[in-house]
Amino acid sequence: MSNKSKNKDSNYLSAKESRRITKENRKITRKYEKEISRKNVPESEYATTMRDPQNILEIDDLHTYFFTDQGTVKSVDGVSFDIPRGKTVGVVGESGCGKSVTSLSIMRLLQRPIGQIVGGEIRLNLGDKAIDIAKTPMVEVQNIRGNEISMIFQEPMTTLNPVFRIGTQVDETIKLHNPDMDKEAVKKRSIEMLELVGIANSEGVYDMYPHELSGGMRQRVVIAMALACEPKLIIADEPTTALDVTIQAQILDLFRQLKDRINSSIMLITHDLGVIAEMADYVVVMYAGRIVEKGTLDDIFLHPAHPYTIGLMNSKPSINKTVDRLYSIPGKVPNPIEMPDYCYFRDRCEMCVEKCNGEYPPLHKISDTHYVSCYRFDEEGGKE
Amino acid sequence: MAIPKIDTSFTPITHNPENILEVNALKKYFPIKDGLLKRTVGYVKAVDGVTFNIKRGITMGLVGESGCGKTTTGRTILRLNDTKTAGQVLFNGQEVYDLSKSELRALRPKMQIIFQDPYSSLSPRMPISEIIGEAVREHNIVPKDEFDDYIEQVMSNCGLMSYHKDRYPHEFSGGQRQRICIARALALNPEFVVCDEPVSALDVSIQAQIINLLQDLQEKYNLTYLFISHDLSVVEHISDTIGVMYLGNLVEYGSKKDIFSNPSHPYTKALFSAIPVPDPTVKMNRIVLEGSIPSPANPPSGCKFHTRCKNCMEICKSVAPEQKEIESGHFVCCHLYDDVKSVSENG
Repeated sequence: MSNKSKNKDSNYLSAKESRRITKENRKITRKYEKEISRKNVPESEYATTMRDPQNILEIDDLHTYFFTDQGTVKSVDGVSFDIPRGKTVGVVGESGCGKSVTSLSIMRLLQRPIGQIVGGEIRLNLGDKAIDIAKTPMVEVQNIRGNEISMIFQEPMTTLNPVFRIGTQVDETIKLHNPDMDKEAVKKRSIEMLELVGIANSEGVYDMYPHELSGGMRQRVVIAMALACEPKLIIADEPTTALDVTIQAQILDLFRQLKDRINSSIMLITHDLGVIAEMADYVVVMYAGRIVEKGTLDDIFLHPAHPYTIGLMNSKPSINKTVDRLYSIPGKVPNPIEMPDYCYFRDRCEMCVEKCNGEYPPLHKISDTHYVSCYRFDEEGGKE
Repeated sequence: MAIPKIDTSFTPITHNPENILEVNALKKYFPIKDGLLKRTVGYVKAVDGVTFNIKRGITMGLVGESGCGKTTTGRTILRLNDTKTAGQVLFNGQEVYDLSKSELRALRPKMQIIFQDPYSSLSPRMPISEIIGEAVREHNIVPKDEFDDYIEQVMSNCGLMSYHKDRYPHEFSGGQRQRICIARALALNPEFVVCDEPVSALDVSIQAQIINLLQDLQEKYNLTYLFISHDLSVVEHISDTIGVMYLGNLVEYGSKKDIFSNPSHPYTKALFSAIPVPDPTVKMNRIVLEGSIPSPANPPSGCKFHTRCKNCMEICKSVAPEQKEIESGHFVCCHLYDDVKSVSENG
């Protein structure tokens, strides 16, 4: 094989090309950074109204791009979904499909300056008013984090700081959001939180360091920190992936109890369909930065419509059904830098129709709750 | 402080030609050193008396929580840890730990391992052909002039293209790296492969590809696998026999059918009920285990599971249960089955 064609395969960039991209990116990101660093932004600029006051969060056509030296990666490319009050929304997809970037966008924790929200709205319901998080200045976002929305990260091992005691770390969260609480009250609240998440020896754990705890215990501490200010929305990014099944069962149990207790909504990001089936009320399936299917739990699990969802379901071995061979989705995810202009899943899809050669399919409504982005249903829907 | 003496006694077993691997009362303790003189003050009982055997051409799954000694069992069987503490490991009837250095070297190609993390088990400085070919050359598997063709053939068997040869590991995705690890293990024509969590680091759709590949290769080359995983649904899919480990002990061991249709040890039951089922219509009756796995350096007395067991009896706290055959080929370590006559005793 000649060198030239091989280079084309692996997206080889010459130094000159790369420099050009870097320069352009700097121009673009500087514009966004300027916008972010503005001071004294009037509230009218980011105030908005909710489409449905029952929703705690509405994401509308969110675009989050990463301006890398190899090119622009459209990690989240037009994602819209709602999180109703007191419900759990599960987000599923392979690694690299934009699940985590969506949640980081909500928390405004993207790695700047290369990661930027370039379009769309994230509307957060604050009760009497609503704000668009995507346009809110960072100072205001600080008040939202923890108080309104909090996040539980994937790795309980790396989330906690190894050089501080558990108590110090939980205290810090509480103190930051309740500046007028005195030291004693903060400690009392911390121990209360640790008890809430089922840590038996809460006063002992308060004085321990993270390395003295097991994975499950650490995840409980992280959850306690996230819940310390009773947020209305909890974003859990793969909260149980690093844990054993028995510990996972404990943590999922805990989530269910806590959700009822403080009546908050949960956005649960995971790639484990079993966890979704158990926890979620609504499911969003993402593929390559876009939503391919969304609906209620029953819609997705009992009547999966998108070929990717169907493939995903079949490729997971399950205890209750036996198959000789697992279904595996052929091919791989397209290169995020040069996305095709047709359906992203077309090259791996076994149910292609002629229309699939056209542009990316829009979200098609199957029922009041069930949406799918696939031409197969466009046709069938048209016939009915 | 006196160090408790290690009980190294066991009843030797005789080799059954049907079995490729026989493990008898295997123990592997790691010393804990402390103090100024780094004296041994205790032991981490990573593997504490494990007995099982694997028939030729089948897959044995080994499941359990992290820290229960699954990986140490796999490594000890292959003599990747320098020594064992007690017990027997018979590979084709040959005690692995009795071999001299050169004899062990001759045996190495026959038993291979696929490691857990495809990101850290490949040398970033070697091209793929070298990663796969290094051991082939060392062990003189093929003559020199056939070497290149052989590597290409092994690669294509594992779903890699011949133009991948000169690439480096960082140019590959997780699934493809795992294919490279599999190719590396299979290039030596092994009879027995320890797969240590080969799919845990991969996405669901890639997982399916790798599992299918492992099954195809098994059929083609009549391989025997010891499949270590904490994902029960994967183990259920791929295994013929299953062993369930808890804190260094094999608490239950039997054919897949026995274990899944009739889980007998309380721990196995709890473990199975903890698996989330991807079907919203199924509502599991879950047994949630309280607390977490105790430290293997200071395990509970008697049955190691008694601190978390809901069927715990008085006897469990003091006497460690023996392995009992409750059905033919289905072994359980639990006092609940003390009254059940062992199948072999029944004659």
